[in-house]
Amino acid sequence: MKLTGKVWKFGNDIDTDLIIPARYLNTSDPAELAKHCMEDADKTWAEKVQKGDIIVAGKNFGCGSSREHAPVAIKAAGVACVIAKDFARIFYRNSFNIGLPIFESEEASLKIAQGDTVEIDADNGVIKNITKNEKYAVKPIPPFMQELVNAGGLIAYGKMKFKIK
Amino acid sequence: MSMNIAEKILAFKSGKKAVEPGELVIADIDLVLANDITAPIAIKEFRASGAKKVWDRTKVALVPDHFTPNKDIKSAEQAKMLREFAHEQKLTHYYDQGEVGIEHALLPEQGVVVPGDLVIGADSHTCTYGALGAFATGVGSTDAAFGMMTGKAWFKVPESIKFVYKGKLNKWVSSKDLILHTIGDVGVDGALYKVMEFTGPVIDKLSMDARLTMSNMAIEAGGKAGLMNPDETTLEYVKGRAQHKWKVFTSDKDAKYEKVIEYDCSKIEPVVSCPSLPENTKPASKLSKVAVDQSVIGSCTNGRMEDLRIAAKILKGKKVNSRVRCLIFPGTKDIYLQALKEGLIETFVKAGAIFSMPTCGPCLGGHMGILAKGETAISTTNRNFVGRMGSTESSVYLASPAVAAASAILGRIGTPEDLK
Repeated sequence: MKLTGKVWKFGNDIDTDLIIPARYLNTSDPAELAKHCMEDADKTWAEKVQKGDIIVAGKNFGCGSSREHAPVAIKAAGVACVIAKDFARIFYRNSFNIGLPIFESEEASLKIAQGDTVEIDADNGVIKNITKNEKYAVKPIPPFMQELVNAGGLIAYGKMKFKIK
Repeated sequence: MSMNIAEKILAFKSGKKAVEPGELVIADIDLVLANDITAPIAIKEFRASGAKKVWDRTKVALVPDHFTPNKDIKSAEQAKMLREFAHEQKLTHYYDQGEVGIEHALLPEQGVVVPGDLVIGADSHTCTYGALGAFATGVGSTDAAFGMMTGKAWFKVPESIKFVYKGKLNKWVSSKDLILHTIGDVGVDGALYKVMEFTGPVIDKLSMDARLTMSNMAIEAGGKAGLMNPDETTLEYVKGRAQHKWKVFTSDKDAKYEKVIEYDCSKIEPVVSCPSLPENTKPASKLSKVAVDQSVIGSCTNGRMEDLRIAAKILKGKKVNSRVRCLIFPGTKDIYLQALKEGLIETFVKAGAIFSMPTCGPCLGGHMGILAKGETAISTTNRNFVGRMGSTESSVYLASPAVAAASAILGRIGTPEDLK
C-alpha cells in the first residue's frame, strides 16, 4: 500500500473530544461526523481538508474516550492515514477495526511540517517527505494486526474463526 | 511462574497456565457493555455481520446513560435502537429509564461485575471495575460487536506498573486526590498500553466506593486497566450482590512489574487538575484566585454514596454562592434512594444545589449543565479537555467532592478548611 498526501500537523495528546466533540455524538452517521471533525482544534478544518490528506501529530494521539466515532470521522473526512509518535490504546484498536491506516514514527512526527507532501510505503515501512526530500522509518505493524487487516477487519476475522449464532 | 493479577486473569480466561507481557491472547469475556453513544455502531456492526443472536444474553449489558433522558430527537433514535435490540435479544442487563444508572456506578453495585471477571466495555471508563479485582478495559464499538458475537476479545498482555501508596492521608484528601496526584506525576500517557496496579496500606484502608474512583481514572494516564487485589473489603462488597460466581486472583509476591512507584501520602494535599489535561495538577490551596461558575458533583468517578455524604456534610446549613450553579448527580437509582433516606437531598436542595437523576449529562458536555464561553467549572468528573463541558472557551478544573462542594459555597476554588 502506498499513500501520498498533503499534511495537516497537530500537536501532542490530541484527545477524542477535539477529534469529534461529544455534542455531535447523537448520531453515528460517518458523513455527519466528518462535518465536525477536528472542529474544536481548528474550527474550519473540516471545510479545508481534501480527500487523501494526511494527519501528522505528536504523542498519544486519540487519548480520552473510547468513541469509535473519532477514527470514523477522520476517515469519512477523507483523510488517507494518520502518522503519530504513538497512539492512545483504544484509538489504536479502533483504527484497525474500522480500516483507518495509522503509522507510528517518532522521526516523522518530529520532522514533518504543516503542508509538507509525504508518501507512505506501508509494505516497506518507509515514509518519504517529498517536500523536504527526507526518509523516515515506520514502526512495523504487529503480525496479529496485519492478520486482522488481511482478514478484512475484526468482524470478518471473527466470522472466519468462531461460530456465530 | 510468578504472575501479577492482570497476567493471572488473562491467563485463566485464555485457558493458559501462564502468560507474559507482549503475548497475544484471545480470551473468553464475562461481560461486554455499551451505552447509548457506542452501542448504535456496535449493533449496526453486529447486524451487518449476519449474526442473529448474541453469544449469551446474560453477558451483554446495554446502559443508556449518556444522553438520557433523551436530550433531542437524534439521541432518542439512538436510545430507541438500544431498547429494540435489548428486547429482541432478551438481554438480562438492559436498564431503561427509571432503572438506569451511570454504567460504571451501576454494574458493580448490581453485582453484574465481580472479582476475577474479564470485561470489555465500549466506554473508556470500563477500567473502573479493576477496583474489584476484575480485568476490565475500554474498547470501541467494533470490539464490542465482536464480543457480542463471539464472547471473546483479543488482548496483548500488558506490562504492569505497581503503585504503592504509604503514609497517612491528610484531612480532606480522598482517593480522587490520590489518583489526580498520580496522573500529575506520570502524565496522561504515563501508563500507555499498561496496567496500573494500585497497592499499599493506604489502598487497603479505602472503602469500595473510594477504590472505584481510583480505578476509574486509570485511562486518564493511558492505562489499559487499573487493578486492585481483592481483600476483605472487596468480598464484603460483592457478597449479597454478586449475580454470578467470583474468583479471587491476587498478585504473587515476586510478580514482575515494569516499574514500581511509591508515594508518601502524608505529602499529598487536596489536588486539582487544571485545564486542559488531567495531568496539569496543582494543590487546591494554590488556586484560590480561580472563580467558578459551576460545580458538578457526580459521574462514574464520584457519584457514589460516600461522595454524596461528603458533599452533604460540607453543604449542610450553608448556601451555594449566588454566582454558582451547583449540580449534583447520583450514580444510580439505589444511591438516589439512599440519599433520600439519609436526608441528603433535602440538604442539597436547601443549600441551593440542583439534585438530578443519574446521567452522564454534563461530564461530556452532553446536556444538563453546559458551559458558556468564558465560564469555569469545578467538577468531580474525569476529563478537563478543551470544550469537554461546553464552549471551547470554557474551563474545567477536576477535583474531589469535598473541594467541589467547598468551591460551590466559596464561589472560587477552595477546600472545606477555607469555610471556617
